[in-house]
Amino acid sequence: MNRVEGRDKVTGRALYAAEYPVDGVAHAYAVQSGIAKGRVTAIDAEAARAMPGVLAVLSSDDPPDLAGDADPELRLFSSRDVAYRGQIVAAVVADTYENARAAARAVRVTYAAEPHDVLLRADHPGLYRPEKVNPAFPADTVKGDVTAGLDGAAVTVDVTYSTPPLHNNPMEPHAALAVLDGDRLTVYDSTQGAAADRDTIARTLGLPPERVRVVSRHVGGGFGSKGTTRPHAILAALAARATGRPVKIALTRQQLFDVTGYRTPTIHRLRLGCDATGRLTALDHEVRVQSSTLVEFAEQAAVPARTMYATPALRTAHRLVRLDVASPSWMRAPGECPGMYALESAMDELAVAAGIDPIELRVINEPDAEPEGGLPFSSRNLVACLREGARRFGWEGRDPAPGVRRDGRWLVGTGVAASTYPAMTRPSQATATAEDGAFVIRLAAADIGTGARTALTAIAAGALDVPAGRVRVELGDSDLPAAPLAGGSMGLASWGSAVVRACEELLRDGKHGAADTAGEAGRGGDYARHAFGAQFAEVRVDPDTGEVRVPRLLGVFAAGRVIDPDLARSQFVGGMTMGLGMALMEESVTDAEFGGFGNHDLAQYHVPACADVPDVRAYWIDEDDPHLNPMGAKGIGEIGIVGTAAAIGNAVHHATGVRVRDLPITPAKLLAGF
Amino acid sequence: MKAFEYTRAADPAAAVAGFRPGDMYLGGGTNLVDLMRLGVAEPERLVDVSRLPLDRVEAAGDGLRVGAAVRNSDLGAHPLVLARYPMLARAVLSGASGQIRNLATVGGNLLQRTRCPYFQDVSKPCNKRRPGSGCPAIPGDHSHLAVLGHSEACVATHPSDMAVALAALDARVHVTGPAGSRVLPMPGLHRLPGDEPERDTVLEPGELITAVELPPPPPGRSAYLKVRERASFAFALVSVAAALDIGADGIVTGVRLALGGVAHAPWRAARAEAALLGAPAGEESYARAAEAELDQARPLPRNAYKVPMARNVIVRALKELTP
Ligand SMILES: Cc1cc2nc3c(=O)[nH]c(=O)nc-3n(C[C@H](O)[C@H](O)[C@H](O)COP(=O)(O)OP(=O)(O)OC[C@H]3O[C@@H](n4cnc5c(N)ncnc54)[C@H](O)[C@@H]3O)c2cc1C
Ligand code: SF4
Repeated sequence: MNRVEGRDKVTGRALYAAEYPVDGVAHAYAVQSGIAKGRVTAIDAEAARAMPGVLAVLSSDDPPDLAGDADPELRLFSSRDVAYRGQIVAAVVADTYENARAAARAVRVTYAAEPHDVLLRADHPGLYRPEKVNPAFPADTVKGDVTAGLDGAAVTVDVTYSTPPLHNNPMEPHAALAVLDGDRLTVYDSTQGAAADRDTIARTLGLPPERVRVVSRHVGGGFGSKGTTRPHAILAALAARATGRPVKIALTRQQLFDVTGYRTPTIHRLRLGCDATGRLTALDHEVRVQSSTLVEFAEQAAVPARTMYATPALRTAHRLVRLDVASPSWMRAPGECPGMYALESAMDELAVAAGIDPIELRVINEPDAEPEGGLPFSSRNLVACLREGARRFGWEGRDPAPGVRRDGRWLVGTGVAASTYPAMTRPSQATATAEDGAFVIRLAAADIGTGARTALTAIAAGALDVPAGRVRVELGDSDLPAAPLAGGSMGLASWGSAVVRACEELLRDGKHGAADTAGEAGRGGDYARHAFGAQFAEVRVDPDTGEVRVPRLLGVFAAGRVIDPDLARSQFVGGMTMGLGMALMEESVTDAEFGGFGNHDLAQYHVPACADVPDVRAYWIDEDDPHLNPMGAKGIGEIGIVGTAAAIGNAVHHATGVRVRDLPITPAKLLAGF
Repeated sequence: MKAFEYTRAADPAAAVAGFRPGDMYLGGGTNLVDLMRLGVAEPERLVDVSRLPLDRVEAAGDGLRVGAAVRNSDLGAHPLVLARYPMLARAVLSGASGQIRNLATVGGNLLQRTRCPYFQDVSKPCNKRRPGSGCPAIPGDHSHLAVLGHSEACVATHPSDMAVALAALDARVHVTGPAGSRVLPMPGLHRLPGDEPERDTVLEPGELITAVELPPPPPGRSAYLKVRERASFAFALVSVAAALDIGADGIVTGVRLALGGVAHAPWRAARAEAALLGAPAGEESYARAAEAELDQARPLPRNAYKVPMARNVIVRALKELTP
């Protein structure tokens, strides 16, 4: 189905957060810390205040009244302490964006700097075991005897993989417009969840939630970075309060690198053992990640190992170190994405070491029930994905020998990796109302560019058995019935469940239906619910330059029932493209000397260009899984990025014989390996 | 961004005559406007020279004269460029993106500034931006920076692809300024950093590039090879502009070699050329020539890869030009 808001978008009528026209709007621009650790000792805003158009300067000289238990990243100007370079320490509000920006540069901040520590390393003395990892998994699990399993193995690998910090980089930079009307605050924000954003903004400002409204009808991507409230939204509200005017803030691309979250760098040690037939005897996945001194965010990168393969001995562990860095957060498939990169690369190494085809190795180790915890799978079609992918990709007859295929000057290789992502559902509300011959669906869901509005239209049309043209979906507004955020690939499953129930009630009532799935959603305990997939890559490597090109990427996914093939394909293909970026080019460079990140624009932080992805194909296997939700759907927003980097890295090894175990796989690293 | 004035010059003479301290010429603005947003460039006034009548590509005998305001897209697609200087067309079209090339001018392309990350971040020191403040790239991230001709003060690279081809083609840059007109050879417009890294070129304040003159193309075949971290829209890690002519006896009778991505200026590989002239064409000679050039390389820990990369690409380019 075509995007229901497609015409509005291509004609420019769809308004994004920074675009709402309001009278008398002022603009805020942030002043950011120039040190990575220490204290602000003085803020000299005199020159800035005297500049044209300046209305106010906000800083810790005049701390606002913010909730003491709010997210420290949002407690703006409440403390003189600096936790990372780029942290917001002041802001200027002015009549125009340019005046605000110019005056912000004129604010003189003096610091008492302290030595900082910004680099994650495997032997960092500050590493500790967190209580839980994102969102609430145990940090460590142990089943069986890993040492014995490795000792008794016919083949083992013991390898370290690492990934750099990565930034979400949605197309639309974060922006907000705060409007005070009497005692009611409306924030037009770029968010993945209007209701959650409203709650956080209200809590941070010490307001009851009914006095805050968040509007976010169109969002230009988020990839997790808009899943939690970001400081710009609080800043806009504080600035509106300080000036009595509506205040708009639009972060620059550079600022996105500082204050909107990122994926932590990860270091993985993987120890795998198998017997002569390829059966795993032990799997040990130990992960090291970083967080800020402000919040404990521990990316759950070893968690997918608890789901993937049958083994008598399974250990997973997470260690975290708190550094003088910005707080990492969610980025597309947190946990699964870096974790499966490492696990699936190590599985490939085991396959090579054991002389077993990498697809067969995975099939041999297919579990009957979830390896950690022992729950039955609600459905699991990894093997079917691998087989179907192998057929479509032309895997059969592949010569496993590395570094032997040439096409002209190019070295050619192929690789495979598995992917997985949990299938979750959250409680949601929705209403369905018959109005003037149309059916209006209302809920505070978010369409962050995925096509959620379109998919919900299709779901409602199906439930009501009417043409989609008679259904209108209103979302992106916290005043609508409460709905969870677009995240964890559970948006559509959660919202769609409520929409189906509301439509069922409308059909009974004839006029109106309201649903709350609190009773039925998010049940757990009985089944392990996950989507699975298989990713295939063909790569060509230039032996003179180390350049890697990927002429073909192919993924097959088993993600329940696919609701809309066009929308699903673009999610899978988008995820795989992002996975290619992770494999070959994406890297935020931590600036060891000054703190923060050294590269912070899209000329320096490379994401794939069209020429990098000539042929990306996504297919799926329809699953009939009765244990999910009324649509029988598993999420599809994140699984596409999971496993892609491993498939490409494995293909690079197959092409060249060189294993680059530290992403991204750059020409420099490959040349060093040749 | 600091407030600035904008004016449009009527002709080159007026542009030069009206040039005041604090002015900057504006071409397509694809580099300068970015740097203004970042606070790296803070002109009082922009003198727009992109619409001067310097927008023609004209044959000059067997050579070519290219106006400074010719857009990169037009240059790369011009039939005379494609016919006579395919190396130049390849170089221009390998740079930036279609949209940027539509705006970028020849003059602006030559004078674009380094992409060193510290240079572009006014919150950090940088000798090129703030003389005497230090060069954090040397102990820090120099992974994309120079391996040849750099100094203790600066290890930046010049990012242009076009300039590398121009350096190989012995182009001449016509400038006019307060002290009159002059012609600068390529290489020769750009300088090495020495202890004055703030100066990218030998131009004096107010000097305007009006044209680039190309002598008749060198005999033989030519190529431009560029190594980059993604398939398009990325600056060169290393690039090579090469022309090669081989006599009937298999002896190299003419060679041009210039390197990009390795130095503060497009790098004419004079030592390699000297080693090749009169040598038998073939991989062995090519490798020896590349070594002769790269023996003088002084890589830093994080850009050492550029030396083998440059060697391999020189050899590859010459091999591709060998019938
Ligand atoms: C994302 C990105 C990627 C890029 N990738 C590449 C790449 O791969 N390869 C590559 O070569 N380039 C690349 N570029 C750079 C691009 O080629 C330059 O920005 C462009 O050529 C500059 O031309 P302009 O006319 O826009 O110059 P402007 O930005 O207008 O000016 C640049 C400088 O030249 C001066 N100037 C302009 N015209 C004259 C004149 N006639 N006389 C004297 N001074 C003058 C200006 O004062 C200024 O200092 C990239 C740029 C971007 C933004
Ligand atoms: S290399 Fe040059 S441009 Fe870069 S920081 Fe050093 S002095 Fe500045």
